[in-house]
Amino acid sequence: MISLFYLFSAILLVFALGTVISTNLIHSALLMMGSFFAVAGLYLLLQADYLAMVQILVYVGAIAILLVFGVMLTRKGSIEESNLPNRYKGIGLLTALGLFGLLARSIYYTRFPAPPIGHPTQSILAIAQAFLLQYFVAFEALGILLLIAILGAILIGRDSK
Amino acid sequence: MDQFAWLIPTLPLAAFLIIVALTYRFKLLSAIVATSFSLGSLILAISILIQKIQNPKTTETFINWLTITANQQTVLTLQMGYLIDPLAAVMCLIVTLIATLVLLYSIGYMKGDEGFSRYFAYISLFTFSMLGLVISNNYFQTFVFWELVGLCSYLLIGFWFFKPEAADASKKAFITNRWADFGFLVGIIGLFTVFGSFNFTELSAVIGLHQNTLVLLILGLLVFLGPMGKSAMFPFHVWLPDAMEGPTPISALIHAATMVAAGIYLVARGYILFASVDSVMIVIAYIGGFTALFAATIALVQRDIKRILAFSTLSQLGYMMMALGVGSMTSGMFHLTTHAFFKALLFLGAGSIIHAVHDQDIFNMGGLVKKMPITVWTFVIGSLALSGIFPLAGFWSKDEILTVTLQHHFTGLFILGTLVAFLTAFYMFRLIFIALFGDKRSNHHAHESSWTMTLPLLILAILSIVAGLVNTPWFYQWTGMSFSTFLFFKEPEIPVIHWSIAGLSSLAALGGIFVAWIIYAKQHISADKLAERFKGAHTLLLNKYYIDELYGWVFNKGMIGLGKVFNFIDHTLIDGFFDGTATLIRSTGIQLRLFQTGRLQQYALVLFVAIAAMTIWGVR
Amino acid sequence: MIGLSHYLFVAAALFCIGVYGVLTKKNAIAVVMGIEFMLNAVNINLIAFNHFMAPNHVIGQLFAIFIIGVAAAEVSLGLAIILSLYRQRHLVAIDEMDILKW
Repeated sequence: MISLFYLFSAILLVFALGTVISTNLIHSALLMMGSFFAVAGLYLLLQADYLAMVQILVYVGAIAILLVFGVMLTRKGSIEESNLPNRYKGIGLLTALGLFGLLARSIYYTRFPAPPIGHPTQSILAIAQAFLLQYFVAFEALGILLLIAILGAILIGRDSK
Repeated sequence: MDQFAWLIPTLPLAAFLIIVALTYRFKLLSAIVATSFSLGSLILAISILIQKIQNPKTTETFINWLTITANQQTVLTLQMGYLIDPLAAVMCLIVTLIATLVLLYSIGYMKGDEGFSRYFAYISLFTFSMLGLVISNNYFQTFVFWELVGLCSYLLIGFWFFKPEAADASKKAFITNRWADFGFLVGIIGLFTVFGSFNFTELSAVIGLHQNTLVLLILGLLVFLGPMGKSAMFPFHVWLPDAMEGPTPISALIHAATMVAAGIYLVARGYILFASVDSVMIVIAYIGGFTALFAATIALVQRDIKRILAFSTLSQLGYMMMALGVGSMTSGMFHLTTHAFFKALLFLGAGSIIHAVHDQDIFNMGGLVKKMPITVWTFVIGSLALSGIFPLAGFWSKDEILTVTLQHHFTGLFILGTLVAFLTAFYMFRLIFIALFGDKRSNHHAHESSWTMTLPLLILAILSIVAGLVNTPWFYQWTGMSFSTFLFFKEPEIPVIHWSIAGLSSLAALGGIFVAWIIYAKQHISADKLAERFKGAHTLLLNKYYIDELYGWVFNKGMIGLGKVFNFIDHTLIDGFFDGTATLIRSTGIQLRLFQTGRLQQYALVLFVAIAAMTIWGVR
Repeated sequence: MIGLSHYLFVAAALFCIGVYGVLTKKNAIAVVMGIEFMLNAVNINLIAFNHFMAPNHVIGQLFAIFIIGVAAAEVSLGLAIILSLYRQRHLVAIDEMDILKW
């Protein structure tokens, strides 16, 4: 368990760093896919098996692929030079490190209460019940949001001719 | 008959509207409409005067035109109505008579003018306004019509508005009257504030009971400012000579016989107010006397025939004002009546001459007596009447004024009046000897005017001869009444002739004629050498005592200086404040705008830095 | 023993990597990638909290599912806008997209 956590965490952070450092957008996209797999592994460790499946389906299968398509459709100049940093590189790095320092300090000094006892054996059943009974309206709203997003994407993205 | 009095002003108004709306294109028709409607008013005025002579009771009719109430209390009532008493009846007759004659005369005089219909429309409007003023029963209505006649005067002086001098003169007349009318309006409002009424009848009932002399003094002087402006008393006299830029019949009607007499009329109408304080009366008397002498001296050296008559009018108006000021309403109004006849005659005669010679300079005329005998001899009659030669109209009225002046112990004014009589005779006969008799001084082709122009001259000449007789002892013995028993303030007077005073004034007049004859007809004394000898005085008089220049200087320097101050305040201080505010906000905006670079990542950077800052704040 | 704090450290690191990507990348698609990292970090947080603080409930997972749904919508719309901009103005660099600036 412990080694698996460190393995997934290492893959996740290394791949994510590679994604933002690489100057080749295709490499970035592929590295990002790998990091998403690692996230799914972390979910499994956290006993959120349904979420792990959704992560792979949606992020790796849909969003990452969509981004790769986007990269290919907006080709401009050399692909090796397609992901250059802008002039805020230094201050962006500083901000990110500063933010991490603050967050890490907060996490380190926070004493979390002890967890209660008990395990949900079937998370997928609980999720299904929650969605279809307790949070039905919110669930439907999410569906409508996605529908509108699809329509909007088609409307914006289609050829104006 | 009095119930038809409202028709007197309404007929000219109707004529005005008809000309404007219907007959503007048909010139002769416009003239006929104006003249016939005016004639209708004249007939009405005559019948009302006859009725007043039989029964001199005052009649008053009015409607409440506008009532303003506050808290169920009437605070202001404006009336429209008419007040017919002997004063109004006489004045109505003068106005309608002169207006009718001038309209008849103008048919010939204005023939072929571009604005023929416009001219007749204006005169009808003027007649309406003047008659409305005359029969008005309250100060407020008087003021309304007062301004209307001022407007008509402005329009008619500037009748030939394409001439810059005429346009300037009309503006000058209007603006000068603004100053005076401002005081008049303040005075009327003051009267209302103190006594709570505009009505003449109501006011005469309460003014006499008022104790505070200072209030009456201030109100009297303020209201008197109006007549000073309209009757062109010094120091408001400057507009009247310039007003001669208008057509000559206008000068006869408005600037000699009627409108300028409105000031005299108003003083007579509100006499109770002025008579209630002695000092106001003294001011009126001395302003009148000073104007009489002042204008007469200027008239001595002028060259323009209309200007000589204009200064003569000023002088005679001063005479009337003096008569009112010394305390005799009768003699002032009597002189107004006779003066209206012979001054209208003189102006119409001058118009006839100008029409024939096409020049206004008396030194370019001469030798007219054979060419246009009717004009010349009626002009001579008018001059004799003005000079006060027995038994013409001017003799009786002038004699009356001098008599009352002495009776009320204004010896200084009496001497001044006699001197003015001498000067009047002198400048009138200087005009006559130079312009009408003697040799032809320029290459003019004068000819007698048409009958529409000579008929009014003849009628006015007859009136100038006989009008004075209505205030003679003989007339009183014959009919049992006279002008002074008909139109009076407080007590009727029975006319008497004071032969010593009459003799003195006649002597002065004859002396003036004699001196003029010696200098200008016989040329025993050279006028040029006299002018050379008294060069300073001559230049001073020729330039009208430099009053116009003084006013010009004061208003140019003063007003422009004041204007510059206000311009500075407005443009630099006030505008500066608001412009500065706008500029400040604008420049602030320009600076603030730079924060909005439109770069999303910059915004995100600021966002995260802010989150970091808030986190530091939170965990501190 | 791996506790809540470990997951939170990992999530914080991932979030800051996402912030760095969002702030410093020229290409709009790379910026979207950064945003995805940030969203994933939040998801890891939510599920970790759920697992360690409330193991009897699935409420954290529900939140995560909502976030995934919204992220999917966001990506599809974002990419549509980027494509449209690229097609009409030939732009992909986000600092050149300043047409709405004053």
